[in-house]
Amino acid sequence: MPRFLRNLPDPALRLVIVAAVVIGTVVVVYRALPASFRDPDRNIQATIEREAGKPIRYAGATMCATCHEEQAAKKQAGYHRDISCETCHGPGEAHVESPGDVKPPAPRDRRFCPACHAFDPSRPMGFPQINPVTHNPMKACIECHNAHDPKPPTVPGECAACHAEIERTKSLSPHALLTCTTCHEVPEQHKITPRTVDASKPRGREFCGQCHSVESKVTGPPKVDLAEHQVKYVCWQCHYPHMPEVQR
Amino acid sequence: MNRRRFLQQLASWLVSLGGVGAIAGRQSATASVPEHPETKRFGMAIDVDKCIGCARCMEACKTENAVPPEPFFFRTWVERYVIKEDGEAVVSSLGAPTGQHMEVAEEKDRLRSFFVPKLCNQCEHPPCVQVCPVRATFKTPEGVVLVDSTRCIGCRYCIQACPYGARYLHPETKTADKCTFCYQRVTKELLPACVEVCPTQARIFGDTSTPASPLERVRRMNKIHVLKAHLNTDPKVIYANLDGEVR
Amino acid sequence: MMAETVERLSEVAKQVTGYVYPNDVEVQWSILIVLYPYLTGLVAGAFILASLVKVFNVKAVEPTYRLALLTALAFLLVAPIPLQAHLGHPERAFWIFLAPNPTSAMAMFGFVYAWYLMVVLLLEIWFVYRKDMVLYARQTRAPLRWVYKVLSLFSRDVSEPALQFDKKMVKGITIIGIPSAFLLHGYVGFIFGSVKANPWWSSVLMPIVFLFSAIVSGIALVLLLYMIITPTRGEKIDMPCLDTMASYLFYAVIVDFSLECLDFVHRLYESEESIKILSALVFNKLIVSLLVMQVLLGMIVPFLIMVIIKLWNIDEELRKLLYFVSAILIQVGIFSTRWNVVIGGQMFSKSFRGLTAYKMELGGIEGLFVAVAFLVLPFVVLWVLTKLLPPWGKPEEATAPAAS
Repeated sequence: MPRFLRNLPDPALRLVIVAAVVIGTVVVVYRALPASFRDPDRNIQATIEREAGKPIRYAGATMCATCHEEQAAKKQAGYHRDISCETCHGPGEAHVESPGDVKPPAPRDRRFCPACHAFDPSRPMGFPQINPVTHNPMKACIECHNAHDPKPPTVPGECAACHAEIERTKSLSPHALLTCTTCHEVPEQHKITPRTVDASKPRGREFCGQCHSVESKVTGPPKVDLAEHQVKYVCWQCHYPHMPEVQR
Repeated sequence: MNRRRFLQQLASWLVSLGGVGAIAGRQSATASVPEHPETKRFGMAIDVDKCIGCARCMEACKTENAVPPEPFFFRTWVERYVIKEDGEAVVSSLGAPTGQHMEVAEEKDRLRSFFVPKLCNQCEHPPCVQVCPVRATFKTPEGVVLVDSTRCIGCRYCIQACPYGARYLHPETKTADKCTFCYQRVTKELLPACVEVCPTQARIFGDTSTPASPLERVRRMNKIHVLKAHLNTDPKVIYANLDGEVR
Repeated sequence: MMAETVERLSEVAKQVTGYVYPNDVEVQWSILIVLYPYLTGLVAGAFILASLVKVFNVKAVEPTYRLALLTALAFLLVAPIPLQAHLGHPERAFWIFLAPNPTSAMAMFGFVYAWYLMVVLLLEIWFVYRKDMVLYARQTRAPLRWVYKVLSLFSRDVSEPALQFDKKMVKGITIIGIPSAFLLHGYVGFIFGSVKANPWWSSVLMPIVFLFSAIVSGIALVLLLYMIITPTRGEKIDMPCLDTMASYLFYAVIVDFSLECLDFVHRLYESEESIKILSALVFNKLIVSLLVMQVLLGMIVPFLIMVIIKLWNIDEELRKLLYFVSAILIQVGIFSTRWNVVIGGQMFSKSFRGLTAYKMELGGIEGLFVAVAFLVLPFVVLWVLTKLLPPWGKPEEATAPAAS
């Protein structure tokens, strides 16, 4: 090796020395760093621990029942059984840690419940919705609905209580003056536990034909010869019954 | 030894160093904390048909994780889609000053309408982890992608690389931030805050390493989608009943 | 600090159109990140011009050889500064070297940059100037004398064999340097081109387009510098040199333009899902910066000018004017190209349904004034370098630079 260096031209030799010094410095500094610095995974373990140790603000659904058994039991039987206490009462961990000092708020204002229950066209079908402006405007929601068992004081008479989107759509359509029960048979149980019992839907073209067939005696609705018109399909494939515009 | 032999040896050393470095690097690119047999695998399912767009999840997330309250920084958010009769999709975001507002279309025009919660998809092949120059972001053994805010240099490459818009630069710490599945909660057998407060169980969270997890039924009974599947990020957040218009 | 951010974003939010993911309102990479590929592009281009002399024996551009090297060095020294300034935590930047992520193009690029700076550029300049530095050391007084002694690593050998060795090394380093320069700027293209989340960036062509636009801008810059500096020194512009540089510039422009056309045609033809939002991006946000500045002024007009010069006999004075104008337009065009890539790529949301806006401040670390300062700084560094290591004249003839 030394002979090779001696044979190098002078400039190259100087560069080799400089390079050796630079690389040597880098190596020495690198090794001088604490071993933990050089470990690529050191920060991973530290971060995992740091993240796992961050403060918790929501206590979790099961915590509240340990002290508030009565409310929990009441909620368990009603429509709000699947909602966490903290969904309405806000973060509760501080209260769990010092129950005497910190009290989560209990929403009483009329403006709170519409966050979920105000009519919104994008809400899924069958979700109970009201128009906050017209629905008992002078009363607080909790006057008629106990938040832990929010059964309405009376069984809803109107289908619109849960099927608001359909009601609104239908009200702008030629079927506006038809009641829901014209086409749907609604067992009483459906209004109490909607998901256990369904309302019926019409079967077959003849149902619509009661009004819309050329043989029908009903005056007013557009008529069609059911024997000829799109025989392969049922009516509602093309005509949405709640807004039965003729296809463009 | 002459110059040629010296150079040859040097070259072979460099090549093997490079090769070793590349292989070692590849293996430690993702989590290198050793996996235990009892390590959990966290996942979330979102049933789009159940979301009522109440935004409780957005509030809870900001409260639980001290996310800045301004509407430009979200670990999770909810989108509203209204698909009109002519097929056009109108999209907006709850609580954010972007997109069109609530009453977007008349009843006659509305064909389909629904809410879609969004969050970090905790990808199995996260592009954000791939591009971070200092390994500040990484995947834990449970599959959660975390950010080391003491290592992050704030270069924002991960934010560019995320296809889902799930990341943001925290305006105070100047480091990248995102949903962590509420890591401080799920490691204590609690649910993420957004799942905790969802009133309709639109968000379902579970440990998929066990055969009986809360995700079982969702995965069995529904057609399951993931967002931007063509990018092969392999998200651990799956969507049931996702409409084709959702990006 | 946060209040300013929020205020800025509230302003930006008013200009959002369509649907943008909430986190996508903020444009993450600012003008400082536009500067970076522009500056490193000039480095690569200037170096390629220099390599024409040493590797491809294009003797005509020899007068610009040393100038091109110094230009490359000046820009290479300044380029990382805007990157550092942009970081949320610049004090932690050393982690890129200490614990780099091997899958991250950004991390690996730090090493490519260091390699290019130290093993290619500094080494080549050292060998090119070693004899001059030795001679200057003899001719000057302290303290400048010590500067030259240190720079030359205290070498004193200017014998013929040593000078021959210098020449051989220069050629060898340039040969390594060409792919290194390609790697330097191609890598920047890869940093963008490998982001699958962003359809404006994600492309196989990105590194190639970046490289060729770098070559175009680098050659144009050296041409400009040569045209400006030479008369101020009282020398006559070497027309064959200028014409040859312009020729190579012309060839580079042809390739660059073809690549951009290819990208454009390919996108339109395949018409993937992102075409709608990208068209909206171009026609709503990038009309001036892309259609006018990048394509028309930055590419088509210089191209036509050079075609005219090639086809017709233009007299010397007019030619010089046309070269000057073309080179300026090209700088504007390539800067716009970088802008359109970096800023353009962030002005549409990953939702593919909306556009946001980039609000560039005047003050502040990421504002216009700082950006202009970073554009001016390399020229200041270049001035210092030309004073220390004059790229022209022979040291044994002229007097060495006075101690300053």
